Amino acid sequence: MSFDPTAAEPDRHAAPPAAGRPLRIGVGGPVGSGKTALVAALCRALADLELAVVTNDIYTTEDAEFLRRAGVLDPARIEAVQTGCCPHTAIRDDITANLDAVEALAERFPALRLVIIESGGDNLTAVFSRGLVDHQIFVVDVAGGDKVPRKGGPGVTTADLLVINKTDLAPLVGADLDVMSGDAHRVRGGLPVVLQSLVDTPGAPAVAEWVRARLAAVTTG
Amino acid sequence: MSVLALMLADSRFPGGGHAHSGGLEEAAARGLVRTEADLPAFLSGRLRTAGVLAAVFAAAAAHSAAGRVDNWSTLDEELDARTPSSAQRSASRAQGRATARAAAAMAVPSVDNVCGSTLRVLLAATPRPHHAIVLGAVIASPPDAALVAAYLSVSGPASASVRLLGLDPLRVNGSLAALEPLLRSVAADAAASAALDPAALPAPGAPALDLLAEEHDRHHREEVRLFAS
Repeated sequence: MSFDPTAAEPDRHAAPPAAGRPLRIGVGGPVGSGKTALVAALCRALADLELAVVTNDIYTTEDAEFLRRAGVLDPARIEAVQTGCCPHTAIRDDITANLDAVEALAERFPALRLVIIESGGDNLTAVFSRGLVDHQIFVVDVAGGDKVPRKGGPGVTTADLLVINKTDLAPLVGADLDVMSGDAHRVRGGLPVVLQSLVDTPGAPAVAEWVRARLAAVTTG
Repeated sequence: MSVLALMLADSRFPGGGHAHSGGLEEAAARGLVRTEADLPAFLSGRLRTAGVLAAVFAAAAAHSAAGRVDNWSTLDEELDARTPSSAQRSASRAQGRATARAAAAMAVPSVDNVCGSTLRVLLAATPRPHHAIVLGAVIASPPDAALVAAYLSVSGPASASVRLLGLDPLRVNGSLAALEPLLRSVAADAAASAALDPAALPAPGAPALDLLAEEHDRHHREEVRLFAS
């Protein structure tokens, strides 16, 4: 639909990432949903790739420290940015600090193929700007309540991949995984959903496979 | 004032300003600013020092842009020499580069015709230009550029105080509005000095703000800080 009678229909096809720059994938989601643990798992699972990480934790260096301590990535491949108390602003409204961090990493590692940008913990409306990331993963967890997918919000409904995390906790917190999965598929209109537990599968195989498929699409596209 | 100048002064302009507190975070961490009552003194102090310096160089850069004078390297060096804190130089250059990036993406005739080429010449001379110089190069009107630079020197810390200390946004906004006479006079003085030889431009100093900026940078490496400066 066009709202401008003088204009042609807008182009619905997303532009592929600019040639010669690494693919950027955002990982967002509420506080404590397991974003950093997922990023650490991805770093291990994708260790064969040239990758780097930008963290946006509200306490800026916390997540970077977690990743450094976990020893999953050379510290030179981790950049932390300050978000001025507004994690959603830094990934959506004013992506300056994150662009600077991505560019710094790309300059430092010219062969870089993938940059994972982890947002600070935020609410269900926080999504990454398409000017910052090519694809985004939204992470919610079963302990946050099994109504979260039904509530929707741009993160849950529009992210390229929704991860329902910590499924091993479902029996302990009385969360119904069938309800969560069913609601998630219903509000997402066909976009993919992964249910995972990093306790059961520490390598996050389904998410890692999804990321590799995005990379392959760039290479062949 | 041009729409472009209004956009550059808008706190929603995507030039990275939201992550800079202009020393307010360090001042708050030290208990120097606690309540709405403490804010006016901080803001007017910043405006009379860092704000004057930014306004002076924004006006001088606007004068160069309007007259197509390529003295960008000289202006850059002169502003560097007037910014003794390394942390403040970094913060200024980070915002300058981001503002240039955002301005270059504004593919409208006013940008392309008036300042597109200026911006290219500026970036060729100084790839990471100071914020005030980019403002002047883009706005190209000394009084407007000076007013925008002066305003931004206080609007950023004011917004940071709301986010860091939970101050009443309405009262904070009132404190900003109360600065209008001072903002006007700072901008007028800066515009009056715009045509001076860069070496002769005013050089106001704020040792306390310099020290706060350096301390902020040091603490940032040791513990949690939410703002880049």
